This record gives sequence, structure tokens and C-alpha cells, in this order.
Amino acid sequence: MPDSATLEAVTIDQDEGNFSYPEDYAHDAGYGLDESTVDYISNIKGEAEWIREFRQKALKVFFAKPMPTHWASKDLENIIFKDIRYYLSKGQAPTRSWDEVPDDVKKTFERLGIPEKERKYLAGVEAQFDSEAAYSNVKEELTKEGVIFVNSTEGLREHPEIFRKWFGKVIPTGDNKFSALNSAVFSGGSFIYVPPGVKVKHPLQAYFRINAENFGQFERTLIIVDEGAEVTYMEGCTAPKFETATLHSAVVELVAMKDAKIQYITVQNWSNNVFNLVTKRGLAHENAEIRWIDCNIGSRLTMKYPGVIMKGRKARGEVISIALANDGQHQDTGAKMIHAADETTSNIVAKSISVGTGRSTYRGQVHIPKHLKGCKNNTECDALLINASSRTDTYPAITVRGNQHATQHEASVSQVSEDQIFYMKQRGLSEGEAMSLSVNGFVNDLVREFPMEYSVELKRLIDMEMEGSVG
Amino acid sequence: MSMVLSPPEETTIRPAASWSDAPPVYDANTSLPDWYSDLRSAAWARFAALPVPARTNQHWRFADLKHLAIEGRAPTAPVSDLVAAELIARAVSERPADYAAHFVFANNRLIHTETPALPAGVVCVTVGEALASHSELLREHFLKQADFLGGEKFAALHAAATLSGLFVHFPKGAVAEYPVIVHHFVGGEGAAIFPHSLIVAEDHASVTVLDLFESVGGNEETLTVGMADLHAARGGRVQYVAVQDLSAKGARHVHLQHSRVGRDASVKVGFLNLGAEWVRNESINRMVENGADGQIFSANLANESQEFDQRTLQSHEAQHTTSDLFFKNALYDRARTIFSGLIQVLPGSHHTDSYQTCRNLMGSDEAEANSMPGLEIDADQVKCSHGSTSGTISDEEIFYLRARGIPAEDARKMISLGFLNESIDRLDGDGLKAVLFSRVERKFASIG
Repeated sequence: MPDSATLEAVTIDQDEGNFSYPEDYAHDAGYGLDESTVDYISNIKGEAEWIREFRQKALKVFFAKPMPTHWASKDLENIIFKDIRYYLSKGQAPTRSWDEVPDDVKKTFERLGIPEKERKYLAGVEAQFDSEAAYSNVKEELTKEGVIFVNSTEGLREHPEIFRKWFGKVIPTGDNKFSALNSAVFSGGSFIYVPPGVKVKHPLQAYFRINAENFGQFERTLIIVDEGAEVTYMEGCTAPKFETATLHSAVVELVAMKDAKIQYITVQNWSNNVFNLVTKRGLAHENAEIRWIDCNIGSRLTMKYPGVIMKGRKARGEVISIALANDGQHQDTGAKMIHAADETTSNIVAKSISVGTGRSTYRGQVHIPKHLKGCKNNTECDALLINASSRTDTYPAITVRGNQHATQHEASVSQVSEDQIFYMKQRGLSEGEAMSLSVNGFVNDLVREFPMEYSVELKRLIDMEMEGSVG
Repeated sequence: MSMVLSPPEETTIRPAASWSDAPPVYDANTSLPDWYSDLRSAAWARFAALPVPARTNQHWRFADLKHLAIEGRAPTAPVSDLVAAELIARAVSERPADYAAHFVFANNRLIHTETPALPAGVVCVTVGEALASHSELLREHFLKQADFLGGEKFAALHAAATLSGLFVHFPKGAVAEYPVIVHHFVGGEGAAIFPHSLIVAEDHASVTVLDLFESVGGNEETLTVGMADLHAARGGRVQYVAVQDLSAKGARHVHLQHSRVGRDASVKVGFLNLGAEWVRNESINRMVENGADGQIFSANLANESQEFDQRTLQSHEAQHTTSDLFFKNALYDRARTIFSGLIQVLPGSHHTDSYQTCRNLMGSDEAEANSMPGLEIDADQVKCSHGSTSGTISDEEIFYLRARGIPAEDARKMISLGFLNESIDRLDGDGLKAVLFSRVERKFASIG
């Protein structure tokens, strides 16, 4: 048994996100989804006509598209679209000052340590409460350099000349059923523009919070990093544990212009009844680099395959993925690498851990089309099974055309060996501690890719998830 | 020598003619056992009812579905005596020096049999003969498989139409030192053959069967829908090798293989694909009892616009089972290959040890290799891994050989040959391997 101080820390942490505040929303689109829901959202936001048309068109696509259950989990059929609330907000505009944030919202984010994190090391932060951003702040020097960090509504209204060009271009509405749903009812999210040559030293962060039961969160993120510029973006998410299922379906589009670098970090810790169905894709121009660093610990079912389209010569794409599936969870994650220019390189490293009855799935696609030369892909996926009832699957698909490329794919499945556990127990560790240590060792080389604060938090989260997994 | 089930020339089997035609018929004078007639009519109904695989079917991902249009290909007349004599001479000249038995079929008819070294008590007869002589023994195993990897419709067609092939039953302890060789020739415009291989090794028996699929000649549009069903009981050993060397440019070849591996038994399967415009291999290998071992090897040399589509399953259904899959594709011109493999470890199948490797050697700028190596693990204490690579011969390798006086062109060929042979070399039997090596060499010579 861990000592009482550790136990206390763990107990608090485990419930970090499990609290909610009374619902007193000024705007509520009600339950269910039809054309009037979409109009309601568009009206409240006072959107331009082209956005309303974009939404209505997307709604039709959403209704027309079938569920992808011919390859995906049948659990998707348990989403009852008519029982979901598609828009909820307190009517607040995002404030730039922490003091002006409504008290209960403030309390939420304070409990999650947002202002603290901002003071410490963030260049900018946005905190989204249900449908809309409650707080958004960018350090002054960044604004002076021309960096834009706003929510989707503001981005499309104030800076259409920058954002409209790429909006819905990396991930077209009809990409899949859930990207269509997001395109119809999106709200919140981050729109970021980094001008040429600007290297944002500290990460920008967004925090997503679902507070209301039966609520669907559909944030929309678009990050454009101009020539030679660099940015790191981090997102985190939590929700209280409601009785009924909740839906989170985001669309994230990244555009890295020539020589630009984008690093996108996610630590997903939704409660265990959230359907987390997210489409993420980046477009990398010449010599640009896009890295997705993705960690999935929470949710009931996550389906997320971050992708990079390497459109310019020497573009690079990378996905680093950690998934931890505990009892009742299915982490269906992976990566998509589309090589569309010469000498493009991609790297996928995915590690998953299945605990109890948890199931983790790696699904990947690597595509190297004709008449290109010098493309390279490396894929590694490793799975660790903790208990006899744990499950793991790997479904990669690799297409290579032509003889001037090199791809390699490797996957392995293993257990924590009894020898290892025995060795550590002999040196005075409890079985649980030994297991935690082994699991942390398994993901250690990936955890190091996360910024310091996150990697510490990640290790703690893994420790917590491993508690009681042995025996 | 029985030819009981050879249909007369006017026989109308038209399964391929329309996908929904009347069931095939045998010679009206043939008395089929009731169980077999029932099985055939049920299969025919299933074939008619099953949909043609659609784009969204995951088992057909990346496949060019235009190859599924097989209308107009149906069993045709037997070859003439003159041609038969030529085919027999060809088959005899190409077989390994040592063999337990040699059967030659042409357009679904048996044209030649030799059984020089069959152990005592062994049944090794055509399916047609077995229906008359070993009906109950055949019935125990014949067409029992219900699971396929997308080829359900082809399987139903095969079950309704199979007319040729062997029933090989090795009783307890029977061991054949040399392989049983079976040639299947198909020829004539629109000709279709439905060869079946049912191989059963009882406790501690050991048998090797080599199926060779070849064209009579010419470049007609032909169709093969073959099936191989392998059973190894406790401590039994089955080695099955399918060599597809159909020279006809319009040949399409579907081959569905199952193996069921019992306690401490082992089944080894090899596929060599050289000819045909389209090949679909399905290989299901089930390790159903403790200690079972399944090995699957394949070497494929594809050029021009050939498409080789291979789907495999290694299913671990008991404890301490092992399996190994090792596939090699060498691609030239506009050739396409598809490899989709799944290792499945069912709940409770602890201590599984399973591997899967697919390597693609890209020999041209227009060739395309698709690889889908999959894992589904639902048990504890499992060691599983898979690897898939695509690449080309490195300049260093060529340099090394040139430094030793070998011209670049020859060096390239040597390396490619060695690349494919690595998979063939895992099979057992020097004579058998030599047959495969020489055929690979012959095709390489034609690629130039």
C-alpha cells in the first residue's frame, strides 16, 4: 500500500475533473439536431451568410453519411443523436482578464489549475466551457508580433482574410460523418495565426471542459503557421462523470507553410462516458514539419487518427501516440501519413497499454503514391497487455508505389514479464509499484516528448490508472 | 481407375456464366450420395444468395473489383487425347525425382495416375472416387469450413461445382517420405476448373502434397476456383504447397485454404505465385489444440499488370500454440500486390507465440504494394509481432557484387532471386524446393 500522503494525493487527482456546477445557460439549443438547431447557433454567433450555408450543407452531409461501422466499433450505434444538446453557453464573451470570468467557471478552471499554468509557462491560454470560450489571453509581446489566438467565431468574423482560405480545406466537410457533424454545429476552439518568421517560444494552450449532461462539444481548431514560423500548441480536456453518454467531436486543421513547424500536443482525459470522435489533420508545405503528440487516457470510445499530408518537398510528418485503455474503455487511435511530394518523411511511434477489460486499437494508413522519389516511412507500434482480459488490436495499411521509397512497419505485443515483477518485488517494491514502474518504463521514451509539466502529469495519471490493476 | 464423376462433354455447368444460373450437374448416370447432393444444392443456393463483394467490404480493401466479373468462364470440354499426352509428358518431366504419387488433371478430368510409394493403409484418390469408395470418411471432413476472408461467394461456387482434386487420408502413424504431386491444367477459352484438395493426417501421420496449377497453353481467359482443406490430428504433420504458374495472360486464380491444427501437430503451407492476371489467395490457419503449430510461407513474383491479392488469418485458439507467417513479394512493371494478414489470439489462448512478416521488393517505379498486417490479441502471456517493409535493392548491395566482377544487371537478379528463395527455403524437401526454385528462375529469365 502507498503511504497515506500518496494516497491522499492520488484520491484528489483522480477526481480532479469530476465535479460540475449548476446549469444556468443563457443560450441553449435544446435537444436534438435539425436545420433550426444550426440556424440557432448561427444566429447567436451573428455569423456571415457563407458560414451559415457551410453549416447547413454540412448538416445534409452528416445525415446522408452512414456510420462507419463496417470497420469501426459497433459501440458507435449507442450514440443517440436526438438526446444530445448541441449548443450551450452562458452568453459570455471570452474575457481577457481572469477576474472577469464568471465565478463558477473560474472555480472550475482554478480547480484544474489553468491560471497557475498560465502564470508559469504559457504564452497564451484559452479555456472553453461547454460551447464557448470563457477566457482567452495571449501575452502582449505575441500580439505585438502579430500572433492571432482567438476562438473560431472571432477568427472567422475578425480575420476572414487569413482563416477563410484554409477553413475546411485540410479536412473537407465530407471527410467522415463526424467531421460533417462538427462542420454543422461547431463552436469554440482555437484559431491561431503565426506570421512569417515568428517563433513562439512558449506553448499556447487550450483547455476544454464539458460541464452539462448530454452535451456535445464540437470545437473547431485551425492553426496556420506562416513561412519559417514555429508554434507549440497544447490541449487538455476533462468532463465530470455523468450518468449518460456525452459526445465530443472536434475538427482540427493545421497548415504549416514553407519551413514552418507545428507541434500539437493533446492530453485527453475525458471521463469514461464520453464518445471522443475527433478528426485531426495537418497540411505540410515544403520543408515544413508537423508533429502530433497525442495521449489518450480518458473517454469511453476514442476514435482519432491524426494525419499529415506532406504536400511540399522535404516535408515531415510525425505522430507520437500513447493510449491507455482501462476497464470499459476502447482507445481506437492511430495515424495517417499521406506522402504527396518527393523526399517527404514520416514517422509513427504508437504505444498502447490495455488494463483490465480495456481494449486498445492501432489503426494506421501510410500512402506513398506513384512517380515520387525518396519518400520514407517508419512505423512502430507496441502494445502492452496487463491482464488476461485485456485486448489489443493492430490494423495498419501501407501502400507504396514505385521503387524509390523505403517503408518499414513493426508491431509487437507483450506482457510485463513475471521475471521483471519478481525482480522488483525482491527489492522491496509492492506488486502495484512494480507494475507502475514497468508501465512507465514502457512509455518512457515517448513521455519524454511531452513538455515537462505534461510528462510529470502523464506519469502520475499512468500511476493512478495502474492502481489496483494487479491481482 | 475410376472416372465416375467426369461429366460428359455436353454437361452444362454454368455457374460462372451469370452468377445466378441453375446448379451444375454431373453425369446423369452418376449416383451421388444423398449427403453430397444436399451439400451441393445448399452451396448453390448460398452462391446465388451471396452478394458480390462491394467496395466497403474490408476483406476486399485495395482490391480491384473488376476481376470479380467472371461471367463466361465455365467448365469446358476435356482436352483431346493428343493434348492430354503432351500435358502428361510435361507434368512428368517437371516433377521432382522422388514422389509418393502423381496425379494429373486437365479441365477437371483425371488424365494420369501413378502411385509408386504410398504407405500402406493410405487413401489417395480423386474426390469423385472417394464419393463411391470412402463416402463416410470423406463426409467427415469434406467442405466443412464455413469461415472465409471475403471469398464466401467463391467458396460456395467451389462447393457447388468442384469436380476434380484429391482426397488424401493418412491413417495413424502413416508417413510418406516423398510428396504427392498433383497437376491441375486448365485450357480453352473461358475454361474453369474447381480443384479440391482434402488432406487429413491422423495421429502422428505425415504427408506432403504439392498442387501445381498450370495453363494448357495460349492466352485464354480461364478461371480456377480451388480449395485446400488441411487437417492434422495429434502429432500429425501436413505440408501443403500450391504453385500457381498459369501462363495464360487472361487466367484468374482463386484459391481458398484452411488448416486445422490439432494437439502438438504442425501444418506448413507454401504459396508460390508466378502467373495469372489476378490471384486471390485466402489462407485460414487455426491452431485449435494445445501445442499446435502453423507456418505459412509465400513467394510471389509479379510483373506487367498482374494483381496478387493475399489474405491470411492465424487464429490461436488454444494454449502454447505457435505460428509463423513469412511472405515475400517482388514487384515489377505495373504489378500490384495486396497482403492482409491477421494474427488473432482468442481469449484463454495463453502463451501464444506468433509472428507475421511481409516484405516487398519494389522493382519498378509503377509497381504498388499494399500491406495490412493486423493483430487482435485477447489473451495473456502472449508474444506476437509483425513487420512489413517495402523497399528496393540498395546501392551498397549492388556495389558489393560489382566489386566481385558481377555486372549490375545480374547482381540485381541474383539479389531478387535470393529474396524470394528465402521464403521457399523454409519448406521441407529438397526435390520439392528445387521445383519451386527452377520455376522462379524461369520467370525471372522472362522478365529480363
